[in-house]
Amino acid sequence: MSLAKITQVKALALAVPGDDIDTDRIIPARFLRCVTFDGLGEHAFRDERTGPDGKERPHPMNSAQAARIAAAKQGVMVVGFNFGCGSSREHAPQSLWRYGFTAFVGGSFAEIFFGNSTTLGVPCLTLSKEDLAECDAFVRANPDVEVTVDVAQLTVSAGAKTWKASIAASARDGLVNGKWDPIADLLEGADSVAKTAGGLAYVAGK
Amino acid sequence: MAKTLFQKVWEAHTVRKLPNGQTQLFIGTHLIHEVTSPQAFGMLRDLGLKVKYPQRTFATVDHIVPTNELKEPYSDPIAQEMIEALRKNTKDYGIRFFDTTTGTQGIVHMVGPEQGITQPGTTIACGDSHTATHGAFGAIAFGIGTTQVRDVLATQTLALSPLKVRRIEVNGKLAPGVYAKDVILHIIRVLGVNGGIGYAYEYAGTTFDGFSLEERMTVCNMSIEGGARCGYVNPDQKTFDYIKGKPYAPKAADWDAAVARWASFASDAGCQYDDVKVFKAEDIRPTVTWGITPGQAVFIDEKMPALETLNAADRQTAEDAYAHMKLAPDTPIKGTKVDVCFLGSCTNGRISDLREVAKYLKGRKVSPSVKAIVVPGSQLTAIQAVHEGLDKIYIEAGFEWRGAGCSMCLAMNPDKLVGDQLCASSSNRNFKGRQGSQTGRTVLMSPLMVAAAAITGQVTDAREVFKV
Ligand code: SF4
Repeated sequence: MSLAKITQVKALALAVPGDDIDTDRIIPARFLRCVTFDGLGEHAFRDERTGPDGKERPHPMNSAQAARIAAAKQGVMVVGFNFGCGSSREHAPQSLWRYGFTAFVGGSFAEIFFGNSTTLGVPCLTLSKEDLAECDAFVRANPDVEVTVDVAQLTVSAGAKTWKASIAASARDGLVNGKWDPIADLLEGADSVAKTAGGLAYVAGK
Repeated sequence: MAKTLFQKVWEAHTVRKLPNGQTQLFIGTHLIHEVTSPQAFGMLRDLGLKVKYPQRTFATVDHIVPTNELKEPYSDPIAQEMIEALRKNTKDYGIRFFDTTTGTQGIVHMVGPEQGITQPGTTIACGDSHTATHGAFGAIAFGIGTTQVRDVLATQTLALSPLKVRRIEVNGKLAPGVYAKDVILHIIRVLGVNGGIGYAYEYAGTTFDGFSLEERMTVCNMSIEGGARCGYVNPDQKTFDYIKGKPYAPKAADWDAAVARWASFASDAGCQYDDVKVFKAEDIRPTVTWGITPGQAVFIDEKMPALETLNAADRQTAEDAYAHMKLAPDTPIKGTKVDVCFLGSCTNGRISDLREVAKYLKGRKVSPSVKAIVVPGSQLTAIQAVHEGLDKIYIEAGFEWRGAGCSMCLAMNPDKLVGDQLCASSSNRNFKGRQGSQTGRTVLMSPLMVAAAAITGQVTDAREVFKV
């Protein structure tokens, strides 16, 4: 299986502030009632964007900037700490990715969200608290300036600014080498898998 | 060298090191349900792959099943479509399905233990973050995304990096009216909702030694709410006794060998932990959440925190939480009006929960201002409860007695809050919108505290209401 090498994402950015933004907020459970991921994009952050009365609420996802990202199918979301906590539902990164976000920059990411995003080829890079605040402010003040998320160099840059970023080494490796979906590697190990399985009594029902 | 259970299980299941440095880990037991599996089967078909070890995947249906409508077709066509997709997928690939018609259906994290599928020293994965529940048996069990569900179906392995291990010791005896649920809510309150990121939690100490397997499950269940991908308790005689005789338990000839093997996985004396935290059982009182993350919690007799006492980051979330919950800082949570009471979920929907509450509920009545529902987590639990006459106690008290499923834990079925209703809930998540209404409010607590709320129409101290 050949996959694109994701060394860099260069796109417009949207700041979605707040810590501990959970997957129920990213994609409310009622949109999990489906047998495919198609069409999830339009429901990203649905209940944050639309009030119970059906009217739009002030939310970054309702901005013109968000619409540009949706149209371009390319964008960087700048988030806070512990982004994507809560459930393991892949529907969360799937909905943001289908909406148009192709990279995340934040203070920290919930583990399962991070793994699910990486497997989609969507890098999640981490900045220090101070740098994140600066990046967030920059993005808000300069909506027309593209942000470069450089997975190979481990930097996030915009305009004249460059911030040092980090990401788990295995995720970086997978992205830049076009191996972010592990299925090919996992399939290759079939013989070793059989050997491991053979050593586990319970796999044979014992 | 002395090792932790986590290390031993990890080593026994390591297939090889992957080129990117991660471990290819064998997943001995895979559990699936209707919400996160259909897309994975779709990916499998797209790639032209087969299910590698169909006998190591087990399926049930829980999230979308209506609990007040037992006949099909369901009035909700999407629920019908999802259950039928799972029927087709399990049939096409030869996977055992604990369907609604079998008397064994239930929340996926209850079905595994009930069937004896959940065993010590094993790896368990499921497309659901509360998979850590199975850690109560000394398994390494964690939630995965849908693409990983595909990986397990196709290869029975996952690409993973090992976790650090934090030992959380709780010693002593809980006071009457204080439960396993309070223990985990307290741990999360103290260590924070992201305190566990990068860790597996090993729960230990005399409190856990004394806990039943069902109590251990309640604690392990909420590991993810503390940020930990998985949590476990070392297996002991209680674990083995629980499994014995269950349908998938090792049979007579294999039993002794299995027990010896299981026991050998327990963490060795003197092993190294990456971190250790120690709690005293006597310090824990009935705990309730007041906010929109499970860590925003207080003892029932405490005031909710004043904003000034919080650091900047917590303060922002707290302001958001107070606005959503329509509660005021620095005031007692006790006395808050309750509209709905939900007793159920994979945290507290087991037979021991239903029994404990029923013990106190006899002769009491649900407040007329409250809608109270009790949802046994599985069909086996429901059958047992009816056998013991518990359903009558609940119904006489004014609870609605329902069929098995997730129900109002996440409201993917018709059980939903309406408007800004406040729900006293025995479940595990109080996120905004979690119980089906955008403005709905959730207060997490132990089952007995839910019953006390149902009777008084308020968030209140069950110890006083029931003279515990
Ligand atoms: S009961 Fe709630 S937490 Fe448990 S599996 Fe169902 S929805 Fe998830």
